[in-house]
This record gives sequence, C-alpha cells and structure tokens, in this order.
Amino acid sequence: MLAQIAISVGFLLACGLVLAGLLLLAEKKILNYGTCHIDVNSGRKDLAVEGGSSLLSSLAENNIFIPSACGGRGSCAYCKVTVREGGGMIGPVEEPYLTPEERQAHVRLACQVKVRRDLRIEIPDELFNVSRFRAKLVHKKPLTHDIVELRMQLLEPGEITFEAGQYVQLESAEYKGRDSVMRGYSISSVPSDKDHLELIIRRVPDGICTTWVFDHLQSGQELHFSGPYGFFHLSDTDAPLICIAGGSGMAPIWSILRDMKEKGITHRPATYFFGALTRRDLFFMDEFRQLEKECPWFSFVPALSKEPDDSGWTGERGLITDVVARRFPDASTHEAYLCGSPGMIDASVAVLRQNGMPEENIFYDKFS
Amino acid sequence: MTPLADMSLFASFALIFVSAAFTDNILLARFLGMCSCLGVSKKVDTSLGLGAAVIFVTACTSALNYLVYQYLLLPLGLDYLRLITFIVVIAAFTQLVEMIIERVSEKLYNSLGIFLPLITVNCAILGISLFMLNKPYSFLQAFAFGLGGGFGWFLAISLIGAIRERINEAALPRGLEGPGITLIIIGIMALGFIGFSGMIKI
Repeated sequence: MLAQIAISVGFLLACGLVLAGLLLLAEKKILNYGTCHIDVNSGRKDLAVEGGSSLLSSLAENNIFIPSACGGRGSCAYCKVTVREGGGMIGPVEEPYLTPEERQAHVRLACQVKVRRDLRIEIPDELFNVSRFRAKLVHKKPLTHDIVELRMQLLEPGEITFEAGQYVQLESAEYKGRDSVMRGYSISSVPSDKDHLELIIRRVPDGICTTWVFDHLQSGQELHFSGPYGFFHLSDTDAPLICIAGGSGMAPIWSILRDMKEKGITHRPATYFFGALTRRDLFFMDEFRQLEKECPWFSFVPALSKEPDDSGWTGERGLITDVVARRFPDASTHEAYLCGSPGMIDASVAVLRQNGMPEENIFYDKFS
Repeated sequence: MTPLADMSLFASFALIFVSAAFTDNILLARFLGMCSCLGVSKKVDTSLGLGAAVIFVTACTSALNYLVYQYLLLPLGLDYLRLITFIVVIAAFTQLVEMIIERVSEKLYNSLGIFLPLITVNCAILGISLFMLNKPYSFLQAFAFGLGGGFGWFLAISLIGAIRERINEAALPRGLEGPGITLIIIGIMALGFIGFSGMIKI
C-alpha cells in the first residue's frame, strides 16, 4: 500500500518535473530572440531590448509610455504606433481595430507587436515627455454623492510638466481578483502646482478602476500613473471661449480656466456651462463664483435639467445644450471646449454648428 | 463483422477514422469541447483555425498518450493515474508546439498558433485520449482514432461557425442571442448526427 502511494506520487512528481524542465529549456532555446534594436522616430532614440515581449512593454521598460487603457490585451486600441520595419504580419487580435488607411500607413497596436527582430517605429513626439509617476494620495475628497477629488503628492519623479487640459493614466492596483488596469482621467490641478496632481473621478457602477478608487484607495497610500497625454488644451488664438462640461468632465476646464487666470490671459472672455441633473450633482460652486468675482472676463452658468420645479433653484434650467443655444445664438467667432460623455459632446457639437461655429473651432475630450 | 485485428492496416485505419469522426462525433455525440466551441464559433475563419489546431493536437496527443500509457503507466501499474497524466502531457505538448510554431512561421502562428493556449485544457482532447483506451487499439490505430476524433470536432465547429455567420443578421429574441441559439443549433445538429449511429460498430 505504502509502496503504491510512493510510486504514484513519485511518478506524478517526476512527470511534472520532466515536462516543466522540458518547457523551460524549450522557452530558453526556442523563444530566445537575443537583443533587438528599436529605432524610434528615425534615430531620435535607439533602444536595445531583450526580444520576445510586446512592443508596448519593451517601450515602457525604456520609459516610453504609449497610452493604453486595457493593459495590453488588445481591446482598447489606444496604443497605435507606426511600425515601419520589422513588425511582421497584422495579427488576428488587432485586425478589427485597424482601418484600411491605417494598414496602408503601417499603423499597428503596440501591445500586439512582438519584438522578434530589429524594429523601426514612429510615435508622436509628445510621448517622449511622458513618464510613469509614483505618488502618494494626500486626500480623497467627496465632491458629490458619486464624484471624488484625488490629490496626490508626486514622489518619483517629483515634478510634472503638462498643459492644462491634458490627461494621465491612473493604474488601479489588484483587488478581489480583478486585474490592474489603466484608465485615463483629465488633470484638474493647474500646471504651476508642479509637485501635486489632482483628478476628479466619477464612480462608474462596476467599473474596475473607479471601484478601486472609491472603495479601496486610502489616503496616504502610494499609487502610480503615467502621463501627460492628450491634445486638449487652450489654443493660442484670441477667440472668446465657450466651455461645456458636466460631472467629472469639469476637470480639464477647471484646470484651463485657473491656468488662464495665473497666466494673466484677460482679453479672452470665457463662459463655462456646467450641466447637471439636480442640485446634489453640483460641486465647486463657491470656487467658480469666487473665480467669477476675481476675473471680470469669466462667467459661470450652472444649469439643472431634472431639478424639481418647487426647489427654489433660481439658476438656469433645462438641457445644457438648450441653455448654450439660448445664451449664444451667434457663436461664429467663439471657440468651444467640451468635455464629457460621447452623447453630450455630439449634442453640443450639433448645437454649436447650428449657431454658426466652424467645426475647427470646437475642441473636445470624449470619454466613456 | 471482422474484428479489427484481422483487418488490413488501411481498412482498420479508415474504419476507425470514420467512426471517430461521424458515429462517435466528439462534439455532437459526446458533447465534449463545448466551451471553446461556443466561444470561438462566431465566424467561419476562426472556427476553421481552431478546428485545424484541434485536429493536429488530438492526433499527436493520442499517439503520445498511447505511448505513455503502454510503456509507462501499465508497466508501473499506475493506469488509474491516466487522467491526470494525460492532462499534463497535453498541456505541455500544446505549449511546446505553440513555441515552435511561433518561431517557425508567423503566418502559421497567426492562423493556428493563437488557438493552442485555448485548447490546452480542452476536454475534447482529453476525452479522445481517454476513450482510445476503451478499445484494444494498436499504436497506429490510436493515431487514427485521434485524427478522426479531431476531424469530427473540426467538422462540427466549422458547420456551426457557418450557420452562426449566416444567422448573424437575423433578428433573434434577445434571450436567445449568442450562446443560446448556438446550443439549439448544436442540439439540432446532434439529432442529425444520430443518423450515423449504428452504421459502424467496432
């Protein structure tokens, strides 16, 4: 009996060890691509990396951070880069995300390109300024029932340089069997506050990252993010501004307006339309009223769409797009800055176009 | 009927292949390998890719497991460990093949290799390796059984994939979309495959 047990256990053990050893050996022998060189933007950077992993992670190891929300699973299609040489065939995972024009232009998903040989790639120049930051959460302040403000102190690197309106990718930690993911959030703090960063985050029911932020993240805890990313920022024209954003979409607008104040840009009148459902969804009211008082060029228009009639609210009522249309029947000389859900952006763009605003004057940051 | 051992090699080979593919179809008669079938049969291309990978793996692993069983497990008196041993052998084999394919041909890897991790723990493959032991097969016959079983699964998933692609545009009741209608399709096809049963008895 004992011998029987010993034999069976010994056999299974030997079986497992032999096969595992075989696989390890095979991995070393077969999947060894040696050192590969990645040429970024025609000689701007030449990286020597160990072949075998994805282009996305190889670049991240060398401190070049391509935006990615899904963490390399090939489902967000944010990590598009141009691979001039050595990328190999387009794989079945990335196929659905590439348009015929992109294929023509050698665009690939960085997470799906494996570094097997020397590569020649092109990325937007801005991405060279992106770093991965380690930061400590200073506070998590509830702004409404489903929106919080995070304030972080940067630890490593200790300072960030960005343009008001840009976003960062926050990395959630693993919790309760859910993997770490990266999600983009606009920066709400001002660029002059170099060693801190603030984000405004709205709870997404069942969202992996926001659930982590709301239920697991504690003050004093360390966290990671990369950035800055994005092309949403104040133009250098003299056109007056119409800003439209609701909920956590306020973040980039809040940053841009205060940045204008700090830089002394007073010749561009700005109106911020803050759309919300009811009074409990409003926040930063005092701050905006204060800004309005200090800056004669700025006016603040909060509007509620679902506030009960008898609640004593004396401000604007109705859909934010209707309010904008009422206040600016002629918007042809203005510029618009929009941030919010795709539905709200599309509706706002339609209204602004109708009121004469050229499409190239409308800037937006869509998030879903 | 002549017993298998008395037949010519080719005849027994063909008979085992056909019976494994049709009368004993692993997917439609035994209902094994259902999870990957439901997941991947949305399109014909991917169905064909996964099916081809399954043919390759079942043929190779049934031969491999036959050797392991005859020359390791039986002599050591450990045939009750066949299930766990087979799983480990299959998993290691698919991993190894994936690595080799990845290195050898990118084209083959994109059409076949990406499915290998999916079938590392596919029950159809383990099932074929286990069912093969119920009959007194020789090494080559075991290989034929694996090849036929894999082909049967390939046939079934490509048919299902083609039907699903056809009904993709059809307006279905919401509760039936996706896996629901697929299970019904598989059920109807299984009824059809019952027609083969009893045609060959080995």
